[in-house]
Amino acid sequence: MENDKSNEELRVGVFVCHCGTNIGGFVDVPSVAEYAKTLPGVVFAMDNLYTCAEDGLAAIKNAIKEHKLNRVVVASCTPRTHAPLFQATVEEAGLNKYLFTFVNIREHCSWVHMKEKEKATEKARDLVRMGVARVKLLSPQEEPRIPVEKSALVIGGGVAGMTAAHSLAKMGFPVHLVEKEKELGGFVRNLNNLYVTTKDATETIMPLIEKVKSHPNIKVYLNSKVSNVHGFIGNFDVKIKPNDKDEEVEHKVGSIIVATGAIEYTKEALYGYNVYKNVVTLTEFEIMCKNKTLPKVKNVAFIQCAGSRGQDVSYCSRICCNVAIKNAINIVDNYDNLLGIAEQTGKAVEEVPVEPKAPTEVLERRRRRSSRGRGREDEEVAEEVKRGPGERIEVTIFNRDIMSYGIAHELYFNKAREKRVRFVRYKPDRRPEVIMDGDKLMIKYFHETLAVEREMPVDLVILSTPLIAQPDAEDISRLLKVPCGQDGFFLEAHVKLRPVDFATDGVFVCGTARGPADITESIEQAEAAASRAATPLAAGYVQAEAIMAHVDQEICSGCGTCIDVCPYGAITKNEEGLAEVVAAACKGCGCCGASCPENAISMTNYTDEQLMAEALAALKEAI
Amino acid sequence: MSSEGEKKPGSTGGEGWEPNIVAFCCNWCSYAGADLAGVSRFQYPPNIKVIRVMCSGRVEPQFVLRALELGADGVLITGCHIGDCHYLSGNEKAEVRMKMTADLLEMLGIGRDRMRLEWISASEGEKFAETMREFTERIRELGPNPLTNGGEDSG
Ligand SMILES: Cc1cc2nc3c(=O)[nH]c(=O)nc-3n(C[C@H](O)[C@H](O)[C@H](O)COP(=O)(O)OP(=O)(O)OC[C@H]3O[C@@H](n4cnc5c(N)ncnc54)[C@H](O)[C@@H]3O)c2cc1C
Ligand code: SF4
Ligand code: SF4
Ligand code: FES
Repeated sequence: MENDKSNEELRVGVFVCHCGTNIGGFVDVPSVAEYAKTLPGVVFAMDNLYTCAEDGLAAIKNAIKEHKLNRVVVASCTPRTHAPLFQATVEEAGLNKYLFTFVNIREHCSWVHMKEKEKATEKARDLVRMGVARVKLLSPQEEPRIPVEKSALVIGGGVAGMTAAHSLAKMGFPVHLVEKEKELGGFVRNLNNLYVTTKDATETIMPLIEKVKSHPNIKVYLNSKVSNVHGFIGNFDVKIKPNDKDEEVEHKVGSIIVATGAIEYTKEALYGYNVYKNVVTLTEFEIMCKNKTLPKVKNVAFIQCAGSRGQDVSYCSRICCNVAIKNAINIVDNYDNLLGIAEQTGKAVEEVPVEPKAPTEVLERRRRRSSRGRGREDEEVAEEVKRGPGERIEVTIFNRDIMSYGIAHELYFNKAREKRVRFVRYKPDRRPEVIMDGDKLMIKYFHETLAVEREMPVDLVILSTPLIAQPDAEDISRLLKVPCGQDGFFLEAHVKLRPVDFATDGVFVCGTARGPADITESIEQAEAAASRAATPLAAGYVQAEAIMAHVDQEICSGCGTCIDVCPYGAITKNEEGLAEVVAAACKGCGCCGASCPENAISMTNYTDEQLMAEALAALKEAI
Repeated sequence: MSSEGEKKPGSTGGEGWEPNIVAFCCNWCSYAGADLAGVSRFQYPPNIKVIRVMCSGRVEPQFVLRALELGADGVLITGCHIGDCHYLSGNEKAEVRMKMTADLLEMLGIGRDRMRLEWISASEGEKFAETMREFTERIRELGPNPLTNGGEDSG
């Protein structure tokens, strides 16, 4: 191992960050910096308001030059997001980036000990002492450059996957696009139209499907799944298996994008689902509209947040308010059309009995209101009722609150109101109920504003159920070694800062596989994922981390324990029967190091000595 | 490593004694879980200091023994849930190894309860905080590490 500075005097610099008030508000930061100055080997220490801001980084670089620092400790937030930034900074100042140590005094200290400033300050000092103990034992490392296979794999041929594949193809990279169904398009194929247009959904995405199919850089595998993935960024060996055959095709790719989408949640007996014939989900409704097989109806009710926001799943599915509004307007504007062929072919449900347009209390209220405003006039009331939606059809959207997020959507919400779509609020502790009264489907609900129990006859109940994770997301998760969150959707590397990256290098995620999103958002994410995936492909190489195992062959007895333990088969025996690490394959987990009976294996930057120095510093005040 | 001039914060028990605990957390799940606990502002006692390792499979039994020898009142090892290890199966190795270590601690009279292995995912911030609370409480019940009584150690 290279260690050209071993004889040099250790000159440690410590930079303690306030992170505004994030750390500074709960830890006495200046005193921690003062304390750092007292530690052996530390020749410079300072506190910064924001170490990661331009002046904070400049301060590090200046101090390295001015004080001839050869080790740097930054005590601030988490290495999982900020290590690369500080490593690049010390490198710019001419210091090998492996001579840097990160100390987390925000996530692991100030934010979790907010009510005990003194103790938090003491712990911050302990953590800094641990960092200094560690940094002194580090040695400079060279990172191996590993060549990259300049092609990509995209899993899932919905809007997101197709967009990502096409984007990469346009950049000149060969793409393998794998779709488990027999055609491209994904969930959109179920839909009637897409907000905020009235155009047929499949027609809308047809140009994209055509572009993908005809692009010379894209190879589409329909009816297929990814059956095996091995390797690491730049060098993944993937196997693609057709659903109906056993022969797999093998490819090497540099990046992988997961765009496997989501499915709609359904549950037996949720608001009468699958119990009563005319209770359907949003998607089933869209399919009926698309196929023009909508039964003749008079009263339609949407129930929003069916199964979401704490009922069955915890989250808000984000798209359903806008989707319900889209469909409500459709029903009002386009009812005859939706009936379409069904009517012609006589498949429509028999005529439903006409119900009063509005319950008597409402008529009563309207009468009172209008007579207050303009005198009396019963005729006026009658007129108002007649102007109801489409004259023939009443649409009610039961909701907890309408979230018509996005620039155009509030206007659509208003448009729906103008068209007399009724929005009736309910509270989660008093949800509407779908019941059967004789042979009539009814909704029993509590009218929040009027504070009365109500019943209303309905012909069709449409449940806005949430998008949920693909049932086989776990398989992909295992295959690619990427995590799924508590709700089953794929979990990105950082909720805020790295929305389309996985923690695993070279693997990215986009579209509804990541969580509910509409098409615009899925496309945004897909373009982002494609550009992230292209980065290593364009560079042509990746710099591997230097963190890896080294076997001291003087000590190795050739027992082979490490060979059995290594999950990557990264250790082989040389001619003398002694263990040898294959640098490009080793991932640096350290499992071999922990199991070698001879203690012949050391882990770069995580040596026994370094870890124990940290432990000692955690437990004692001297280092 | 020298033991001269060392001051052990409160390791002799009695009034004002505070458990001193080190946690070896794997980088990928449990360290991220600790970060999430922070981001979510889940509060826990400040007695635990985290040492980051790449994988729970990196932790050697000697690390645990040595930490106790150096004066730790408890040692925690956290990793990804079984099946979720970033390196496929490192945590399975850790499980076997740490079970052995616990048996050894029991045999040595230190007691297996001074050590704990816990799986915590990147999305389980609350579990991380809860584990820290519980383990600190447990160590508080157990009292100071018997190896450090009288302030002797082999450092
Ligand atoms: C009722 C309803 C109405 C909607 N209306 C609108 C609207 O009006 N406007 C709008 O913008 N959005 C709308 N959306 C949202 C829209 O459907 C999604 O945003 C979009 O489909 C997301 O695209 P995607 O590519 O991420 O996922 P998907 O469209 O789900 O595509 C994923 C693809 O991956 C494939 N796949 C899954 N697993 C695997 C695997 N293991 N191997 C290979 N392939 C796999 C699937 O077969 C599928 O083809 C609506 C959604 C619903 C439920
Ligand atoms: S476990 Fe240790 S002694 Fe055995 S082969 Fe591997 S390096 Fe050599
Ligand atoms: S550190 Fe992990 S990946 Fe590398 S050789 Fe050892 S066991 Fe294999
Ligand atoms: S990486 Fe977390 S246990 Fe292996």
